[in-house]
Order: sequence, then C-alpha cells, then structure tokens
Amino acid sequence: MKQNDLILQTVTKVAAFVILLFAVAIFLGGHYSPGGGFVGGLMTSAAIVLLLLAFDLKTVTAILPIDYKVLIGSGLLISSLTVAGGLLFGVPLMTHAYRYIDLPILGHISLHTAVLFDLGVYLVVVGVTMTIIQTIGESE
Amino acid sequence: MNNLTFLPVLWPLFTGILLIFIAKRIKLQRWVSLFSSLIGIVLSMYLVFSVHSQGILTLGVGSWEAPFGIVIVADMLASLLVLTTNIIGLAILLYSFHSIGIERERHYYYPVFQFLLIGVNGAFLTGDLFNLFVFFEVMLMASYVLLVLGGTKIQLRESLKYIIVNVLSSSFFVIMVAYLYSVLGTLNMAQISQRIAEVNQPAILSVIAIGFLIVFGLKGAIFPLFQWLPGSYYAPPIPVMALFGALLTKVGIYSIFRTYTLMFYHDQGYTHTFLAWLALLTILIGVIGAIAYWDIKKIIIYNIIIAVGVIIFGISVMNEQALSGSILYLIHDMLIKAALFLLIGIMIKLCGSDDLRQMGGLIKQYPALAWTFFIAAISLAGIPPFSGFAGKLLILQGAGESGNFLGMAIVLLSSLMVLYSVMKIFMYGFWGTPKAGYRSAAVPVNKMLIPAVILVAISVLFGVATEFMYPFISQAVETLLNPDIYIKAVLKE
Amino acid sequence: MELLMAIVIGILFMCATYLMLSKSMLRIIIGTGLLSHGAHLLILTMGGLKGGSVPLLSDETASYVDPLPQALILTAIVISFGVTSFLLVLAYRSYQELGTDDMEEMRGTETNE
Repeated sequence: MKQNDLILQTVTKVAAFVILLFAVAIFLGGHYSPGGGFVGGLMTSAAIVLLLLAFDLKTVTAILPIDYKVLIGSGLLISSLTVAGGLLFGVPLMTHAYRYIDLPILGHISLHTAVLFDLGVYLVVVGVTMTIIQTIGESE
Repeated sequence: MNNLTFLPVLWPLFTGILLIFIAKRIKLQRWVSLFSSLIGIVLSMYLVFSVHSQGILTLGVGSWEAPFGIVIVADMLASLLVLTTNIIGLAILLYSFHSIGIERERHYYYPVFQFLLIGVNGAFLTGDLFNLFVFFEVMLMASYVLLVLGGTKIQLRESLKYIIVNVLSSSFFVIMVAYLYSVLGTLNMAQISQRIAEVNQPAILSVIAIGFLIVFGLKGAIFPLFQWLPGSYYAPPIPVMALFGALLTKVGIYSIFRTYTLMFYHDQGYTHTFLAWLALLTILIGVIGAIAYWDIKKIIIYNIIIAVGVIIFGISVMNEQALSGSILYLIHDMLIKAALFLLIGIMIKLCGSDDLRQMGGLIKQYPALAWTFFIAAISLAGIPPFSGFAGKLLILQGAGESGNFLGMAIVLLSSLMVLYSVMKIFMYGFWGTPKAGYRSAAVPVNKMLIPAVILVAISVLFGVATEFMYPFISQAVETLLNPDIYIKAVLKE
Repeated sequence: MELLMAIVIGILFMCATYLMLSKSMLRIIIGTGLLSHGAHLLILTMGGLKGGSVPLLSDETASYVDPLPQALILTAIVISFGVTSFLLVLAYRSYQELGTDDMEEMRGTETNE
C-alpha cells in the first residue's frame, strides 16, 4: 500500500532533529534539574521511532547503521566501568567524584562521574527500546 | 568498606557485557564464560574465607554509609550461598556446551546466563530491602529471557504465565516495601530490625511480614502459591531448568530466611506458626506430585517443592539445630537438584522421551550414569553418610526440641516418599529390558556426565565432611539467631 | 490529599484486578500496568505528600517531602517499563505462534507438546 505521507515526512525531517537536540539537552541537564539518561534515551528513541513511522525500516537502518544490541553492551560497559572505578582509587564502588571548573565560554561548570554513568544508561535505554521496536517491526 | 563484597556481582556483569560483544563467536563465548566462572568461584571462596576470619563484611555503595545509602552485606549465609551459586553456574555452563544447541548459543544465551548470576548473587548479598527488589528483577528479567529463548510453542505459552505471576509478585513486593517504609521510615535491613525490636512488632508489622511471605513464597513456591512452578519449569531446555530449579526458588527461600530471622522474629507465635503450617502443606503437595507422575521431569520438579517445604519448616522452628539444618539442607539441595536435573536431561536425550514407561535398561550401557544417579538419588532422600542426612537430622532434632512432633513425622515420611519417587526413576529407567534403541550417537554422554559428576562429588564431600563445614554453618546460624551481630556490623555502633 | 490518593490507589488496584481476571492477554497486560501504577502511587503517598512540595531542603521552603520514595518510584517505573515492554513483545510473538490471545486456550496439559 502506497501512502501519500509527504506532510509527515517533511515535518519529520525537521522535528526529528529538534527532538534529538532536546533529548541531548535533557540528558545533560539531568544533574541539577529534571532529566537524565533515562528520559533522554527515551526521547532519542522517540525521535528514531518518528523516523521509522515516516519512512520505513530499510531507510532508517541505512541512515543509522547501528546494531542496537551492541549499543546496549556499550552502555552497560560505560556504566559498569564507572561503577568499578572505585576499585582503582580504593574507595567504595559507585563513589561519586566531581569537580567545579571554569571554562572560557561556558563559565562555571561542574564535572561529574555521574554523567558517565548516565551516558551508559542513555545508551542502554536507546538500545533496549529500539531493539524491542525493531523486533516487532521486522516481523510485519 | 570492603569492595570485595560486591565483586561476585560485578564480575559476572563484566563477563556478560564482554559476551554481548562477542555474541557471534560461539567458541570464544564458551571459553570466556568458563574462565569467568572459574574466577567467580575463586572470588566467592575468597569471600567465604574472609568472612570466616573477619566476620561480616559490608560495603556502603557510593561512599554512603548505612543506613543512608545502599549497603552490601556479606555474612556467612550469603557468602556460602554465593559460593554454591557459582559452583552450580560452572557445572550448568559445562553441561550447556553440549546440550543447549547452537541456535540458543547464538542468541545471547551466555550473556543472559551471566546476568542471571548477577541477580542471584546480588539478592544474596544486599543489605537493603529495595535493593533486594532490584536484584530480584534483574534475576527475573534474565529468567524470562532464558525461559523464552528458542521460542517453541510450549515455551511461549508457559513464559507468559510465568511472567504474569512474577509481575504480580513484584508489584506486591513494591506495595509491601511501601507499607514497611511508611511504618518504619527505613529500608536498610539492619535498621528495620532495630526499629522493629524497639516497638516490639505490633500487629501491623506482623501483617506486613505475612505480605512479604506472599511475595517470597511466590518466588519460592510454597503451598498455596506454587501452581505456576510445575508448568513453567517444565517448558525450557534442561540446563535452564536446572538453573531455575537450583537457584531461583532458593533466592525466595533465602529472602524468607533473612526477613523471618533478622526482622520479623518477635511475634513467632503468629508468623512462625503460620510458616510452619504452610511448610508442612508444601511438603504434602510436593510428595503427592512426586509420587503421582510418570514424567521424570515432573517428578524432580515436585521434589523441588518438597525441599522448599523442608527448608521452610526448619526456618519456622527457629532454634539453633533447625536453622543449621536448614542451611545445610539448602546448600545440599541446590547442589543435588542441579545434578539430578542434569542427569535426567541425559536420560531424556538418550531415550527420546520423558515418560518413565518408555524407558528402561539404561544401566547396561551406561553404568556410570546409573550409579551417579543412584548416589544423587539417595543423597536427595537423606541417607547417611550423604549430604541430605545431616541437614534433615538437625531439622528433626530442632523440631523435636520445640515439641513439633507432627512436623517431625511429616518430614520423616516425606523422606521416605522422596526415596520412593527417585527410586522409581532408578528402577524403571535403569533396570529392566532396554526399550527401543538409544540415540547414543547423538548424545555425548560422557561429556555431559562430567558436570553432574562434579556436582554429585561436591555434594558427597559436603556430606562426608560436614564436620569440616560445621564451623562455617554455625557462624551463619549465630548471625541468624542474634540479629545484633548483623546490626552492629552494618550500622557500626 | 493522602485520603484522596488512597482512594485513587484503591480504584487503580480494583481496575487492575478486574482486568487481570479476564481471559484476553492484552487486558491482562494493561492490568499489570495499572497494578504497578497503583503500587508506585502507593510508595509516593506512603512517603507523605505534604501538599506537593519538592524534595529539597533549603532555607526558603517551609516543608519538603522525603526524597527516598521518589528515588524508589523512579527505579520501579524503569523496571516495570522494561518488564511491560518485554511482556508486550512476548504476547505479540505468542499470538503469532499460538494463534490465540485467550488464556483459556493456552492452558495446556503436561502431556501435549
């Protein structure tokens, strides 16, 4: 069945990137305000799902040739390496290290190891959600 | 602070992640899993000996000290169970190489296997009630995947039921945690125990205790909540079945151990009597099932339920003998159930059927298989000097001391029935005339027998050397009987 | 406020129980979803609502709510998200394989298959 979904496709081309950027913003803002890896990841996968709806699975896999299962693995790896960092420094696992630094343009900014953990969460969420959606989508 | 405490959880995590990346290279996956399991055993042995020499080890995760953060607590009971888990993991892994099938191996069997170990080890080691829930979920998630992996019709059908039952029990867990939190304002197990002792367990806490019993009873398959077990455990292939039978129900039992000895021990007339009745009914139901079926998988599955009943009965008696008996029997049962599942797996593969009436005469061609099964069977029934004996004896002594003679009688009779049910397998499966040809060519019997022999040998050693094990067991029991030891170790007062 | 929440939780549990007792697979899944919503709301209520203030302790705010239940809910939501999505995929797969979403027909005895 050939559908005329020109409007959806045109809107998606713009909207998907807006959603992706907003997802990154929410992910980075997660430490002091609502947000974080989980929400950011869900939003990123929402953008990809929007692409899937507007175009089809083949096109999207051509644009984003990612094996989402590897994405899950990488996310888990990053998170658990952050957790295990405590072993190297002789502090309890998952101990949170942070520092405030001054950068030229961004100004006073804080750096946290929690961000690394959250990056892992982000990747896992994107990986898991997309794996599930692909599994259902492929069989149709 | 001791990071060693968390390593039995972290190590399989890293292995699992590594295995995801090499999912397409099956040979390599096998070697990595095997190597990692060996390291896991070494780690957990080290943990057991550290706990033996230094007492309870704790780790405040993220440098948050208890009771404010999540605390990982390795006491003797937990570390012994972690060690047993790792040994069983290794044996089942060895068995999987020859029986799980290349399709499952390619579809993330080994990574998920490691994730299951994370969940089980984590549930044993955590000292925080909500964290226990999280590790339960990790374990359950992995078990869902293992159960459905392969996607045959019966697997799909049974895993749907299994998941729904477990989602229900997880929701119950969350609800009970919420109630407990609103009453006591803490989720740290040591602090919960302390606060319950301060208020001397009013009725509402006893109700919450029974609520937790429903949650853990669903996982551990005690009397009214066991119906899901025979169907769900029947569906997956043998290694997965062995993994579930040996580990998953035991996590439920361990949680009952923790909650009923550490926290809710003030109103024993109510909670523990209730527990005792449920345990005895569980034994009865298990015995009926084990005798009734001709299907060897079903017989062993119902034997899981009997063992659950016996162990819970030991907990409900709540004195030194009964508790040490329960711990001994718990470890024994994990080892021997895994071994029995592996052995009947070989039998089913050979005969091409799991109906006893279609079997017979295996002993002529496979004497090693037959005698390993025989030893496993009589250890299960608790014949001295094998491993089930000491545990059951102590449970009976404990029950006698507290005057529960009905319980004693039922446990004793159940041993007899267990013996009957496994001897039925031995007599019909191994004696008699061989029915139609075995599929010997397709089954690498000797290779598959090795892990079962390892498990049976360990369990025999465990039975013969109970004297050597006893210091460890009594250290575990001491903590269970005096919650103050646990509380002091965790809260550092 | 707590009383209202208690009633809402009760209604959620009621609907969940009703849905889970039906035969259709999809209704059961929605039922489990409602049940976990109820459980999460219960945790939140059990921690005390205090008129919806934020879980921050500072000089300006007069009252603050307990942050722990919120952390617990977040964890529980993530878990139930994972389980529900897995369950949906599984239900879909088994609908394809078994050709039914009726639990009655999925009963199965120990001898078949």
